[in-house]
Amino acid sequence: MDLRYSPEEQQFRHELRDWLARVLPTVPPKPAADDWPARRAHDTAWQRLLFEAGYAGINWPRDYGGRGATPTEHLIFLEETERAGAPYVGVNFVGLLHAGPTLVAEGTDEQRARHLRPILRGDEVWCQGFSEPGAGSDLASLRTRAVRDGDHYVVSGHKLWTSYATVADHCELLVRTDPDAPKHKGITWLILPMDSPGLDVRPIETVLGSSEFSEVYFDDVRIPVTNRVGEENDGWRVTMVTLSFERGTAWVDQIVDSMRLVTDLVAIAKTVTRRSATAWDDVGLRRDVGHLAAEFDALWALVKRGVSQAQATGVPGVGASVLKLRYTEARQRLMDLAARVLERAALSRTDIGALWSLSGRHSGEFVEERINSLSYTIAAGTSQIQRNIVGERILGLPRER
Amino acid sequence: MHFLPTDDQLELQRGVRDLLAAKFPLERLPGGYDAGLWAELTATGVFGLRDELGLGLAESVLVFEELGRACVPGPLVATFLAAGLPGRAGSGPVGMLDPAQAPLLLAHLGIAESVLVLHEAGPQLAGPVSGAPVPEPVDPLSPLHELAATPDGHVVGDADATVRLRREGALLTAALQVGLAARLTDLAVDYAKTREQFGRVIGSFQAVKHLCADMFVRAELARVAVHAAAVTLDDPDTTDGPRTVAGAKLLADEAATVNGRSSVQVHGGMGFTWEVPVHFFLKRAWLHATEFGTAEDHAEDLALLL
Ligand SMILES: Cc1cc2nc3c(=O)[nH]c(=O)nc-3n(C[C@H](O)[C@H](O)[C@H](O)COP(=O)(O)OP(=O)(O)OC[C@H]3O[C@@H](n4cnc5c(N)ncnc54)[C@H](O)[C@@H]3O)c2cc1C
Repeated sequence: MDLRYSPEEQQFRHELRDWLARVLPTVPPKPAADDWPARRAHDTAWQRLLFEAGYAGINWPRDYGGRGATPTEHLIFLEETERAGAPYVGVNFVGLLHAGPTLVAEGTDEQRARHLRPILRGDEVWCQGFSEPGAGSDLASLRTRAVRDGDHYVVSGHKLWTSYATVADHCELLVRTDPDAPKHKGITWLILPMDSPGLDVRPIETVLGSSEFSEVYFDDVRIPVTNRVGEENDGWRVTMVTLSFERGTAWVDQIVDSMRLVTDLVAIAKTVTRRSATAWDDVGLRRDVGHLAAEFDALWALVKRGVSQAQATGVPGVGASVLKLRYTEARQRLMDLAARVLERAALSRTDIGALWSLSGRHSGEFVEERINSLSYTIAAGTSQIQRNIVGERILGLPRER
Repeated sequence: MHFLPTDDQLELQRGVRDLLAAKFPLERLPGGYDAGLWAELTATGVFGLRDELGLGLAESVLVFEELGRACVPGPLVATFLAAGLPGRAGSGPVGMLDPAQAPLLLAHLGIAESVLVLHEAGPQLAGPVSGAPVPEPVDPLSPLHELAATPDGHVVGDADATVRLRREGALLTAALQVGLAARLTDLAVDYAKTREQFGRVIGSFQAVKHLCADMFVRAELARVAVHAAAVTLDDPDTTDGPRTVAGAKLLADEAATVNGRSSVQVHGGMGFTWEVPVHFFLKRAWLHATEFGTAEDHAEDLALLL
């Protein structure tokens, strides 16, 4: 067991740090949360910078234009970019972390040649059309129907919660091709061009008041059969192959951010007056802060264990569900703790007062993230579903039915 | 970075696990302290892992996890810590006393050859001591005595040595707690796979399944925290030791005590019987939670290090 980085890994870190120090001052400020075209431009411009510096697709194989970095280098990349305040992967998320790796693993040569480079260069954006009104946790019950018509599939139905749909060029789409087969056996994975006729994208307002996701209606949308990834009716397996990619190093940036947030909160608590003393004089608060710090330190260690496992065996191991469960709940507790420190300054998403700026943080940021963190225990498999996974796949307890 | 146990470390851990499975199966547990087992553990080098075999705390926590998993009775941690101290007579069990704690309770007085007294100014080793037996100790396998006064011993280190011993003691106790937490999970899961109600095994009910899942998650998180703290203390180039140990002890205390309660719950009425061994593990966890700093102490200490 060794937590120290090798000389090569340290070298990688230092080169990356130097590059970030040079390039970040040239990156324009983050656009308004609601301005989706501007956000797309911002996120893809950053992706282009990464591409030109050889950091795009850090963990993708070299043969497909990636850097072929080791899992540990990938971890270092995520840690350093977060610490340096670099832009988040943003609208490139689905392309880089999900659709791209799926094409690498399951796509045809033509599909790879067509799509991988534009993802890496930040030229094209992807979204994920999996969930439906009737298919959330029970994803395999999806009903959006695709009927073969010559060399096309004709798709009709309704997708829901499609993040970035308004700014995406392509969508990884799960459709039902065999309604008579058992539910996992009749699903197919398709590449949907978002400018296809018959498509209707309607933004949904989130609890943040912005529209990160949309519903997507399909009215006889024609998709070429050559856009199929994997065999017909084999889409569930194709999906499962790459869901693990998404889970390996997910949350790393946020865990790094959480550890920093804990220390920032300490600084703020020392300046905030509560009754006759500072908030930090309250031993109850101090203990809660200490407890959360312990938890984030342990989650960081858990990430390193998973990365080491991936490096040794190629798969991240059982830690992914454990990490998601504990991290997302810890993050929500952290935001509640921040609200305890800020008290009534936590009542607006626009900054009130100036106290917290001493840590470089803004009260509005906490409030925004407090709201945002509500989604973490829902998206990408709810906490209840994660507990089922731990209970059934790790502990071997029988399914309910 | 390679934060996985090496093959040698895994083999060491497996060796201790196999030894305990053979020599100290669950059926033996209610008998309490077992002098033969203790001698065997001593001969295997369990207490001299670092000071005689030259291994690190990383190896030691893996072994202590197994001692916890088997719920081995006896003053395991203090005996390990004493192995490195000068002027120690004999190689038998060593008790541990923290003079700052009240009441002044000593576990395993009857078998302790000597007692490690963790004075702030520096640790002392005292000879056999006497005290009044505490009736009905909560952990029936860890008899307690109340001492009238802190015994005098000979000084075996300075104030820094006490700080170091407290830190290492907290780490090894946390490793015991992780072992208890993991075993409590195994006991609950095994029971949930066999006990039937409403025509099916109770582990298929989500309310039970999720209790078990949470137990597993708690034990896993505490385990990586303990491993990270051990590796950090072993590394002379970092100063993060105090922070990681505090975090490990508090998460491990929580994992062991909460898993204990959950394991009783999963066992239903059987969990409330003396015959089912779950209570021994929970009661041991309660004892360890008061040793080498409570979760509250460590949370506060950690906050001040931020
Ligand atoms: C911010 C955000 C972004 C998203 N982005 C996308 C996207 O880009 N593409 C996409 O396809 N999807 C996306 N999703 C959808 C997401 O994957 C689903 O919301 C999620 O899988 C849950 O499905 P649901 O909303 O239908 O809830 P439901 O499945 O209806 O769950 C409702 C409640 O019931 C519980 N529940 C359900 N089944 C069980 C069970 N078997 N046992 C115990 N409890 C159960 C759940 O835990 C939850 O508490 C996004 C969601 C969010 C919040």
